[in-house]
Amino acid sequence: MMNHQQTSFLLGRLGLDSLPLHEPILVATFAMVALGGIVVLGAITYFRLWGYLWREWFTTVDHKRIGIMYMILGIIMLLRGFADAVMMRLQQAIAFGGSDGYLPAHHYDQVFTAHGVIMIFFVAMPVVTGLMNYVVPLQIGARDVSFPFLNNFSFWMTTAGAVLVMMSLFIGEFARTGWLAYPPLSNIAYSPDVGVDYYIWSLQIAGVGTLLSGVNLICTIIKMRAPGMKMMQMPVFTWTALCTNVLIVAAFPVLTAVMVLLSLDRYVGMNFFTNDFGGNPMMYVNLIWIWGHPEVYILILPMFGVFSEVTSTFCGKRLFGYTSMVYATIVITILSYLVWLHHFFTMGSGASVNSFFGITTMIISIPTGAKMFNWLFTMYKGRIRFDLPMMWTVAFMLTFVIGGMSGVMLAVPPADFSLHNSLFLIAHFHNVIIGGVLFGLFAAINFWYPKAFGYKLDPFWGKISFWSWVIGFYVAFMPLYVLGLMGVTRRMRVFDDPSLQIWFVIAAIGAGLIAVGIGAFLVQLVVSYMKREQLRDTTGDPWDARTLEWATSSPPPDYNFAFTPVVHDLDAWWDMKQHGYKRPLTGYKPIHMPKNTGAGIILAGLSLITGFALIWYIWWLAALGFIGLLTVAIGHTFNYKRDFHIPAEEVEKTENERTRILAAQG
Amino acid sequence: MSRIRALFVLPLLPLLGGCNLVVLNPAGDMAIQQRDLIVVATLLMLIVVLPVMALTVFFAWRYRKGNDADYKPDWDHSLKLELIIWAAPLLIIICLGSITWVTTHMLDPYRPLDRIAEGKPVPENVKPLEVEVVALDWKWLFFYPEYGVATVNELAAPVDRPITFKITASSVMNSFFIPALAGQIYAMPGMETKLHAVINKPGVYDGFSANYSGAGFSGMRFKFHGMSNDDFEQWVAKVRDADQKLDRQAYFALERPSENVPATYYAGYQDDLYQRILNMCVDPAKMCMGEMMAIDGKGGLGLEGIHNVLPKELEYDKHQRRGAIFGPQPSYVASLCTDTDPFGTRGAGAAGKTVQEQQPARHSNVSTPAPTPISAPASSHTAPRPDNI
Repeated sequence: MMNHQQTSFLLGRLGLDSLPLHEPILVATFAMVALGGIVVLGAITYFRLWGYLWREWFTTVDHKRIGIMYMILGIIMLLRGFADAVMMRLQQAIAFGGSDGYLPAHHYDQVFTAHGVIMIFFVAMPVVTGLMNYVVPLQIGARDVSFPFLNNFSFWMTTAGAVLVMMSLFIGEFARTGWLAYPPLSNIAYSPDVGVDYYIWSLQIAGVGTLLSGVNLICTIIKMRAPGMKMMQMPVFTWTALCTNVLIVAAFPVLTAVMVLLSLDRYVGMNFFTNDFGGNPMMYVNLIWIWGHPEVYILILPMFGVFSEVTSTFCGKRLFGYTSMVYATIVITILSYLVWLHHFFTMGSGASVNSFFGITTMIISIPTGAKMFNWLFTMYKGRIRFDLPMMWTVAFMLTFVIGGMSGVMLAVPPADFSLHNSLFLIAHFHNVIIGGVLFGLFAAINFWYPKAFGYKLDPFWGKISFWSWVIGFYVAFMPLYVLGLMGVTRRMRVFDDPSLQIWFVIAAIGAGLIAVGIGAFLVQLVVSYMKREQLRDTTGDPWDARTLEWATSSPPPDYNFAFTPVVHDLDAWWDMKQHGYKRPLTGYKPIHMPKNTGAGIILAGLSLITGFALIWYIWWLAALGFIGLLTVAIGHTFNYKRDFHIPAEEVEKTENERTRILAAQG
Repeated sequence: MSRIRALFVLPLLPLLGGCNLVVLNPAGDMAIQQRDLIVVATLLMLIVVLPVMALTVFFAWRYRKGNDADYKPDWDHSLKLELIIWAAPLLIIICLGSITWVTTHMLDPYRPLDRIAEGKPVPENVKPLEVEVVALDWKWLFFYPEYGVATVNELAAPVDRPITFKITASSVMNSFFIPALAGQIYAMPGMETKLHAVINKPGVYDGFSANYSGAGFSGMRFKFHGMSNDDFEQWVAKVRDADQKLDRQAYFALERPSENVPATYYAGYQDDLYQRILNMCVDPAKMCMGEMMAIDGKGGLGLEGIHNVLPKELEYDKHQRRGAIFGPQPSYVASLCTDTDPFGTRGAGAAGKTVQEQQPARHSNVSTPAPTPISAPASSHTAPRPDNI
């Protein structure tokens, strides 16, 4: 039975009024995006790149290319998420003294929701997954991940989720609920429009990708390590990747389930999270944070791994306390499931429940503190080279401890009663996410870029980006700590108290500095490409590093390693270098490789169509999309042409070329 | 232009800082103790954090490549150091954890106060001021059961007299927060949370919702007045002089979304209104949650119960109310007949009639102005504290 909604068979609730033609900001944005899109598509057509892109990238099952595509997705979405941030900072800097700012509530509330959703799901997650995808198989001496097709499919599902979020900008609207969409506000009674449905379906579609990629990487790490590499000889980044993927596999189904329950509320009128008929919105809050808290460790753990690799490489020293580093990671993994209630101490739980979760939260700071000390003592008696990755690492260490400190303050329940939902909280989690995940991302990009593309990144623009980001972060977020202590709450659109304005203005200036940082990073990419011959890495090991990915050429050949390395010690490549390792020059064999397939992108495209149709109540299209999904998925199981061999001669040719280059540079 | 001018003010910032950090400089005993805790926790953590930051900078400088300091590339383990780096944070967390356990119980917002300030226990003859708080879209409604008055977006209390807040919401989640007075607590529909607090200094303080609740959220603010006893009595008298009362119809009008609502006084309100809001049965046609739970607690009505569910055309919801596209029409559980109300809703539907027949009668019923107050069984009107999940 259809309730009184304006729907048509053909288009559901989609109509001309769904297009935000009355919002000049959106129209201008759309015009720019459309223009940019036409230019890009035109250029691809003009240079006849479609075939190349399709064959070499869209359908690829090579973990390296998929990793790079994840990073590109993350960085594009970073621009969108950051644009939202700038809009918020601008609104809050001017909406004083009776001024309503420039964003009406309808728009502003979408902006802060989209900012959170995009930054977590479509920036942080893709870059973390991309890094793990690129680096893990190389670090463990594997030729690819366990399930190469699944990897391609996972990437495209994540992308489909991102595309759906982007579509909400121009067709309809996004959720106006905050990034976790608490009911009852997100339920049909209070959010009858398409925004929350966009939210649900973009997370569901992207969630499939995230979960499968988690399964894939766990399997890869467990089953595909080079001979001799025991668990306790895995590089720390691989360890953190393993723990992260365990967290993903355990936590994301909870998110999927809670989104299903919310969809059932919204589509078929069940009462899981409604106010009446026995529904309870607090169930949603519990469930979403049982996913949500592990999620923040999903983001930060791989970055801890990055910092470990960078520190020991650039200090020219074995990592201090490898064993305690690994156990600290495992302890954090387990504890991250025992703290979720600290996100809502203020919902009236009893004192004993609150103290339990407060104390478990504090306990997490012990292994985290141990990690911090381990990096510190890796620097001790090292010989530290301050290249960009190491600069980011030191900036991280100094910034992250502040964020950790404010985090423990928030973990004390009575203190949280005063600080919960305030800008202090906002400052805290940006302090750990920017100071941890973003700084880690830039350390990782600068560290592994030469491996991926064969030339280093330009240090001049890298340093401009570094200083703008670091200073910009402090200028943008330290005022928010102050504002939080002034009792200012989050998600406010207009303010009465004029004495607050100056702090918001400073924060906006900080956002401007961060914009310079992002711009300089993009310039760094372009400049490095132009100067690639100067910055060329011919050795495959530009940083005198320690782990196996540096044993092969930069960029690595499709098959990663002509001969699977044999591991005898932690820091396998360092060990090989110490023992006078010689590259074998003969005896190449054909290499068994997975074959590219278009099934992943097609399935993701069909999911996108199905999701879009469900959002707009276009039932015939949803049914068609779903049938299409089943058909393609089943059809793909009949595809038996899934692998091929790279002939020995071709391997020999590639390897001889590398021998020549290595010889030429002496 | 204004932003350029703002730049010139930058050097004056330190002056601005100290004056209005309300969380660090509150006026109520609860908030003061919470502030102390923030300070203690910070100091405790600085014991580890400062050395770490100092050592990071020192090591980064000392062991930089050009400096030719000691270089031990294979040194990667030291049992003593490992013990210290695990034990130091552990000890601090043991301290902080103990403090947390004690203070979380001492400062539990549900726990009645035993002091009004440091060294000043609650005087024996003083009864706490009871205030019932309802978060509406998007304003705050306060009931003073002791005085029989109600206000919107203005709250007052005498200094040094404990206040007991009972808090609920009409539609979505909000958080009730007066930083100068005490920490916040969520306001949630169909549930009641509690807060005990006391204000120690006279003054006007900001109160607001600290949990985003929709379009009008930014304007969901009120002033909290800490007053001397005499001033408070005068304030109550002023409220009593207001020319309007909050009856059911007035409440239905008030409940509808409105933004930036000015302070409003009600000289009186319909009996039981807060309990009915809490139990989501302000509309007498609806069964109260408390009753429903009492019935369910005794085993429920089984399948028969569904005959008591009616399509909902009565109740406002935030936007134009829509049900789920494939769901049933929005509906509600109809109230049962009682001694004072033998036909359920004042004779709207006779027993034996079908649901369809009853519906229009009920509908018209509600639009009748000036309804009589009903006395529902008070004992069943207790909504649960939401902590047993």
